Amino acid sequence: MSVAILREGDYLIAAILSDLTDTEVVELRGELIELVGRYRSRGLVIDVSALDVIDSFVARALRSIVLTVRLRGAHTVIAGIQPDVAIALVQFRLNLGPLRAALDLDAARALLDQLAGGEAEDGR
Amino acid sequence: MADEVRVVIADDADLVTARAEARAMAERLGFPRPDPTLIATAISEIARNIVVHSGGGEIVLKPLEDANRYGLMVIATDAGPGIRDVEAALRDDYSGRGGLGLGLPGARRLMDEFAVVSQTGRGTTITMTMWCKEGQR
Repeated sequence: MSVAILREGDYLIAAILSDLTDTEVVELRGELIELVGRYRSRGLVIDVSALDVIDSFVARALRSIVLTVRLRGAHTVIAGIQPDVAIALVQFRLNLGPLRAALDLDAARALLDQLAGGEAEDGR
Repeated sequence: MADEVRVVIADDADLVTARAEARAMAERLGFPRPDPTLIATAISEIARNIVVHSGGGEIVLKPLEDANRYGLMVIATDAGPGIRDVEAALRDDYSGRGGLGLGLPGARRLMDEFAVVSQTGRGTTITMTMWCKEGQR
């Protein structure tokens, strides 16, 4: 599968490197949920900057990863949604409710620091 | 003018091909951003519809041109069970088998023209078009 997954301290970074089939998207979801538990990750970044299409299936899978990983104790940030993809997602009117997004990997790490760091105070 | 492109849709690997072919043709025809992405996303939805609901079919990508504009027409056909209630399938709250009901209304919002013809037991044809005015080129 063309996804590079690396562990970076408390965080897990999954960079999607090329367009994925639906089957690969489902496999990725399973793998990330498993790895977040194995590495006791507190944050997950999914870098989607290589995806030039995010359709309803991928959007739903991302949403499902976010919600599931949250139940395993970690926050997720989606990094690098391309501008044209962002326009398509909005025009499509996909429900991206729980998704947190950041411009790139650095911004995603900073957002995770906030989300995971703020844990104790706001109790979320 | 470029020739039409035919993509056989049998499994989920063909969705990747359909997306890439659609983007390539839209870019070749000179569609400005973000149109190639919108077209590729809409195609992905209807191609998935074919795989999930009918097991197979095909998508034809066809360049169009008239006096003052050009366009890209997508014709997706399958010989599956058909959509019993097309009106309902195009509503946002509709969820067909596999909960993919979101696909059709979403794809319709991405394209300029969108038509569904379906006969129960005989299959479905979805035709959708994106137009580009010369001035935008």
